[in-house]
Amino acid sequence: MIPSATLFGLAGAALVGIGLYGFLAHAHLLRRLLSFNVLGSGVFLMFGAAAWRSPILGADAVPHALIITGIVVKLAGSALAIALLVQLARATRRAALPEDEGRPP
Amino acid sequence: MISTALDLVLVALLVAAALAAVGARGLFAGVVFFVAYGVFVAIAWLRLDAIDVALAEAAIGAGLTGVLLLGAVGHLTRAGAGAPPRRPAIPLALACAGISVMLGWAFLSLPDAPGLQVPVAAALPGSGSTNPVTSVLLNFRAFDTLLESIVLLAVLVGVWALAPDAAWGGRPGLVQRVRPDGVLAGFGRLLPPLGLLVGVYLVWAGTKQPGGAFQGGTVLAAVWLLAAMAGVTRAPRVTSLVLRIALVAGPVLFLAVGMAGALGGSFLGLRPDWAAALVLTIEVGLTLSIASALALLVLGPPERAA
Repeated sequence: MIPSATLFGLAGAALVGIGLYGFLAHAHLLRRLLSFNVLGSGVFLMFGAAAWRSPILGADAVPHALIITGIVVKLAGSALAIALLVQLARATRRAALPEDEGRPP
Repeated sequence: MISTALDLVLVALLVAAALAAVGARGLFAGVVFFVAYGVFVAIAWLRLDAIDVALAEAAIGAGLTGVLLLGAVGHLTRAGAGAPPRRPAIPLALACAGISVMLGWAFLSLPDAPGLQVPVAAALPGSGSTNPVTSVLLNFRAFDTLLESIVLLAVLVGVWALAPDAAWGGRPGLVQRVRPDGVLAGFGRLLPPLGLLVGVYLVWAGTKQPGGAFQGGTVLAAVWLLAAMAGVTRAPRVTSLVLRIALVAGPVLFLAVGMAGALGGSFLGLRPDWAAALVLTIEVGLTLSIASALALLVLGPPERAA
């Protein structure tokens, strides 16, 4: 019997690695943003699982509240990033940064 | 035993969906896997007894982020914007796997320490809410929430700043062409009344049970977006005064309550005998602002003068 918090904490660690890999390996900016969102939710999951370190007292509400704030700010940041990258795509017809395409920035 | 098996299946689905979202061949497929991933994350929050977070993740992580990403795929396709393919990078993959292993090891070696459950439970009577998460958000750590509601406005200003000069004063988002007998038109009429009910209920219930301004506001934003996408309603002009009042209602009410608290001794402090009414007031104002800000963020800057 493994506690749920341990399993989801480890899953969060795995998600951070997956998201980081996608963020670094992709040149496409939207795929980078998507990967960064995976990384972020991995961090939230580790934080939320750490709220369960004392099994007798149950879950801690303070990390939960901070994570809810974080989820809303993550959406706001993603919306700004998408607005910027759509403008870049319209101006240059590319969805990647010049230095990732081997062109001078 | 059964619960561990359920957790293991859920973890496997989470990791598989994340790998598929990051590594999918096509952009659209990646976004679809990401939405499925968001649903699995929400279920994981349920398993961790974080129902408030699960509601927020389902509504924002899977719902609104999915709409935002799908909209971006459409914009990029119309702009004909491509990018070089993913670099095959085995050393990079190994390095990221190493980071995951180190993080997992660090997580396992965390000492068993009590969190803030006891102080939160002790301060709960007189905090204005019997839901500890709502008490933390609107009372104990009200400063975070106030700044967050202002961050939403700042980001909206940033998104609107990207509007072409000619389109300023127009309506945000693209014109939707909806087949009158299609699925979208049907759901666009069927779901908004139900969504409205769920959204308002979540806000009301938030003072006692899981729910609150963030979860309810997101559901209301989704209702508005659905109605706009189905052509039932049109997004308001970005210069609309009513819209701007709704956008600032939450932060203004929150600040007003905070200043009233400052007169009584502490900025953002709530008097225990008034706390319940004040928490509900802030929740209602925040719901208006969060719903309108999130919907406008997902719609993006105005594209045409109209």
